[in-house]
Amino acid sequence: MTGADGTPLIVAALLLPLAGAAIAFAMPRTTRWVGIATAVVLLAVVVMLCGAVGAGGELSHAVGGWGAPLGIALRVDGLSAAMLLTTAAVSLAVAAYGRSYFRDESAGPAGFTPLSMLLIAGLNALFVSGDLFNVYVTLEVLGLSAAALVARAGTPEALTGAMRYLLVTVAASLVYLLGVALLYHLTGTLDIRLVGARLESGAAAWSAVGLIGAAMLLKSAVFPLHFWLPPAHANAPAPVSALLSALVVKASLYVLLRVWLDVLPAARADFGAVVGALGCAAVLWGSTQALRQDQLKLLVAYSTVAQVGYLFIPFAFTSAAAAGTAWRGAVYLVLCHALAKTAMFMSVGNIQLFGGDRIGELDRVVQRLPLTMAAFAVAGITVAGLPPSGGFVAKWLILEAAVQEGRWFVSAVVLVGGLLASIYVFRVIGPAFTKGAQPRQPRRVPNAMEWVAFAVALATVLLGFFGMPLLELIDAGAPFGNALEPER
Amino acid sequence: MTGAELYALTGIALFVIGLHGLIRYAHLMRKILALNVTGAGVFLVVAALAERGQDGTPDPVPQALVITGIVVAVAATGLALVLMLRVASATGRAELPDPRSE
Repeated sequence: MTGADGTPLIVAALLLPLAGAAIAFAMPRTTRWVGIATAVVLLAVVVMLCGAVGAGGELSHAVGGWGAPLGIALRVDGLSAAMLLTTAAVSLAVAAYGRSYFRDESAGPAGFTPLSMLLIAGLNALFVSGDLFNVYVTLEVLGLSAAALVARAGTPEALTGAMRYLLVTVAASLVYLLGVALLYHLTGTLDIRLVGARLESGAAAWSAVGLIGAAMLLKSAVFPLHFWLPPAHANAPAPVSALLSALVVKASLYVLLRVWLDVLPAARADFGAVVGALGCAAVLWGSTQALRQDQLKLLVAYSTVAQVGYLFIPFAFTSAAAAGTAWRGAVYLVLCHALAKTAMFMSVGNIQLFGGDRIGELDRVVQRLPLTMAAFAVAGITVAGLPPSGGFVAKWLILEAAVQEGRWFVSAVVLVGGLLASIYVFRVIGPAFTKGAQPRQPRRVPNAMEWVAFAVALATVLLGFFGMPLLELIDAGAPFGNALEPER
Repeated sequence: MTGAELYALTGIALFVIGLHGLIRYAHLMRKILALNVTGAGVFLVVAALAERGQDGTPDPVPQALVITGIVVAVAATGLALVLMLRVASATGRAELPDPRSE
């Protein structure tokens, strides 16, 4: 199945951030404008791309005019379009926030703008890629630029966090590559769909999928492989934490989901049960750890561990209808959680700049930074999955699927996770109203940083009202078509 | 055992040795070297599995993959070495702290 030709839009989505990175790298003085201009144009391109996918189904582009199996195919279906839209929205918010956050930094070749644009180029390339080896290259582009971005904070904690993250991500990529090598040996192709069509179930196929699965679980920091995430995400500069938590951990989920949907339907039942159980454990473990943190950024980072757990729960569903519902919910949650976590890390970045990033040190922040605290609270509503936010719609779909299959344990985990999330959000909001133990001489927080955080948080609530068109977009080109077919 | 199988098994052995070194040793230089051993193992497997034709002509695609992979590995190693130096100058030792104590 080859979709309509989407060449101009797909190529633009790939080249724009690359061009932005190159310009910002070569002409450091332009960084203040290049980042935001690129992000605005990219969002416009991706919205057009989503419109085209929503109207006409899957789009595709054969790189260099060579189609699969010889060349590399780029494909955009509803799932890819939703991921691209998430990336474009978050990158615009982060570019706007980063302009103020990094206004004093000496813009160098390793500055925030070129590296973050490179990261976004890697993400976009990953989400349109239809080729397993191309995915490996984009994962490395992502991993290297993300590690360099974490190290930008320059503190010893950030440097060790970045080092650990780099070692983990490169090792995981190599494990993935070994899995891809096996798949190539078995099928003689690297195109994801052709691999799926030619692959026969067997020990070698199982090993390959196992290797790819383990690598992606490690990269997504799914419990118990989450050890590297909190130090890296909590010590990075705030806009970088936002990019990592909102986008980078979801890239590996996307890869696993593609392999899951297109490559090995036969391996689903057993493998899926394990991944789903890990997802449930991640929800409970991440939430309880978030409750125990005193440092705000660590709290938000553990919350990411918990929320990523939700995204892996749908792997457990075996019936076609429940899996389809749960996947729609999970992809919708990717978008909502991305915006909510961006808003949360931005608010925490503002509070940190203001002075003090420990819950005990919060000193009447609500009165002094009303917009920032409002952003944190509103984003918290989405993370906790309360109505009317987008997070509510997403978790409702996952819950519906769990009830439909009679998996009461999973439904309990979904509900308990939401309850724990409300508690850790309120743990921050409470002390923000009261006088701190030591009164602080606050530093000024630029207005732009407060407004961007608030606007992103508001968007998560608006998502709750625009659920239907987005769910229809996710369905375009039937990415979960396989999941909806009766069991073989 | 054919030559290709020997190469593939050697590659898997290198892969395992590399992963073991990555987890076992604390010093960052050893970790980075272990990562390169792991990478060499994977590349060896990719190249060994390339021999597919009955007339012995190797498949060119895996060779292209290995070359790309080596380029990526060089870039990753470069970044890792720079980071290691910065960790060493910031903390005084080229080792990662225990994550539980952070």
